[in-house]
Amino acid sequence: MGTAVDKNSSEPVLSIDNLKTHFFSRKGVARAVDGVSFDLTPGEVTGIVGESGCGKSVTALSVMGLVPNPPGRVVDGRILFHGKNLLDLDITALRKIRGAGIAMIFQEPMSSLNPVYTIGNQISEMFRLHKGYDKKQALAAAVDMLERVQIPSPHKRVNEYPHQLSGGMRQRAMIAMAMSCDPEILIADEPTTALDVTVQAQILDLMHRLKDDFSTAIQLITHDLGVIAEMADQVVVMYAGQVVEQARTRELFQHTLHPYTRGLLASIPVLGHRTRGMDEDLVEIKGMIPSLHDLPAGCRFSNRCPEVMDTCKTRLPDLTDMGSGHQVRCWLHTKGGSA
Amino acid sequence: MVLLAVSFICFLIFRFTGDPVLMLAGKYATQQEREQVRIAYGLDRPFYVQYANFLGNALKGNFGKSYISQVDALDTILERFPATFELALTAICISLLAGVLLGVVVSIKPKSLVSRLIMAGSLGGISIPTFLMGILWVMLFAVFLEWLPPFGRGETVQIGPWRTGFLTLDGLKHIIMPALTLSGYQLAVILRLTRAGMREVLSEEYIKTAWSKGLSPFTVIVKHALRNVLIPVVTIAGLSFGELIAFSIVTESIFQWPGMGNLLLVSIFETDHPVIVTYIMMAACIILAINILVDLLYAWLNPKIQYN
Repeated sequence: MGTAVDKNSSEPVLSIDNLKTHFFSRKGVARAVDGVSFDLTPGEVTGIVGESGCGKSVTALSVMGLVPNPPGRVVDGRILFHGKNLLDLDITALRKIRGAGIAMIFQEPMSSLNPVYTIGNQISEMFRLHKGYDKKQALAAAVDMLERVQIPSPHKRVNEYPHQLSGGMRQRAMIAMAMSCDPEILIADEPTTALDVTVQAQILDLMHRLKDDFSTAIQLITHDLGVIAEMADQVVVMYAGQVVEQARTRELFQHTLHPYTRGLLASIPVLGHRTRGMDEDLVEIKGMIPSLHDLPAGCRFSNRCPEVMDTCKTRLPDLTDMGSGHQVRCWLHTKGGSA
Repeated sequence: MVLLAVSFICFLIFRFTGDPVLMLAGKYATQQEREQVRIAYGLDRPFYVQYANFLGNALKGNFGKSYISQVDALDTILERFPATFELALTAICISLLAGVLLGVVVSIKPKSLVSRLIMAGSLGGISIPTFLMGILWVMLFAVFLEWLPPFGRGETVQIGPWRTGFLTLDGLKHIIMPALTLSGYQLAVILRLTRAGMREVLSEEYIKTAWSKGLSPFTVIVKHALRNVLIPVVTIAGLSFGELIAFSIVTESIFQWPGMGNLLLVSIFETDHPVIVTYIMMAACIILAINILVDLLYAWLNPKIQYN
């Protein structure tokens, strides 16, 4: 972590500002991402947490310019990469940034590698595309990358197809591919969800090391707060397309403000509790995530919130800074609520 | 094994459909003359003896002589083979190239006017019967526009045992319409298969990965998507190639194409058993051979399959 801390003061490499990505269908407009803002800092991990469908992945896809269109479209906001708004770039300029400046890895390592090409082919494609290497150089560079992600006997593996590798190996290969052109930002969309717990730890460890080596900014999307506690420097909690709480990781875990974040923390099972006869039931957040087509009028969490007040049901609170960068969107902490 | 079954079934069928003696001896032959013919051709012996003889000879490459022309049945068919093969080859190339190309276009822009027109056309390709399509082509290109000759194979060049129409302009002109007619159905099938495959593959995660690498749309679609789609498409195209060779009967008769299909038709009219049986055996061989080739091709295209 030592090297990473030094870079904390540096400029953010990516700023997302009031991003709105909506999906248009016959049922109406689904506001999958509705006014999301946060920054990524070099050498830091920013964790994005939330339940399925809260807009974590769509935010990531918006950054890459990969929102399926139709039906989806970025309708408002800015995504500043080195001060340049990615949303204004034409497709050719954006393609130069994809892979080289901003790389992405996905959840399912089996399906995110092309089954009919060798690992080497798929990794060396990056070197040929972004660095202009010839086939031989690119393949040698691919072997190097496989070595960096600690795949044993990389010379042999480079000629193998994805189905010949285990899940953990595939995700390593995927990370090798993403990191091959030394990107400034790595977006990892649930990179360990599909893996065994032991393999999960190895992959997280690997990402941590690479982040320090390359001083990459990582946007880590997950629903696993354990992973966040382990990895993230900064946490963004999302709910129904909006940021509800954002803080440094330690601050968030120690002074949790939003009832939703508290609910998430409380619903983590604690090892050994049941066998010792404590807390028979797991704590859950009651109710269902509201449909994006049919959101509550006020605060979007109001229909599930244990501390709901009258104001919450009619007015949407703003994201308010509580000091030292801890932001929360809740009437309990925002002036103007009738608490 | 398959060949044995095919030989038995077709031998059986022709044993019980029509008596060739009537054809051979002529309408006005006496009973005695007919018996003589029957003995001369071995048709008086019991069924299993006939079948055993047939098999034994077939293994030696001797399928008997045509009742009509008294030439070796196998030679008669092999002489016609190049014409049919060239026709089928041209047809399958047209279907594959056009089918895959149009299929990709349709899958990339599914809602554009061009795509809608192509899809409507493919429906026509599937539902218009071959004979009608052939006649429509003749009407358009030979009668109204007078661009292409309506029938025959045109000038050919003999290279060793192979008589080809590919090397003369006249031959090429003659092959266009029959090949278009023959390819119509396959083209539509391949187009639809490509479209369905592309739709599925384009929503795969690895395509998202390919986009996120910053690759050009051409690379993403051709290298990453199409290669995966081609696996089933090539299988179907390969299998239908066998069928095109073996069963291009309708097309060949419309265009008076001097191929095997036409020969088969004539032989059926004349109850020329040796030729018919040989033809069916040949067809079975061709389809089997192509099946094996397709399997090998499939393994080459799909790294998950390996034959040891």
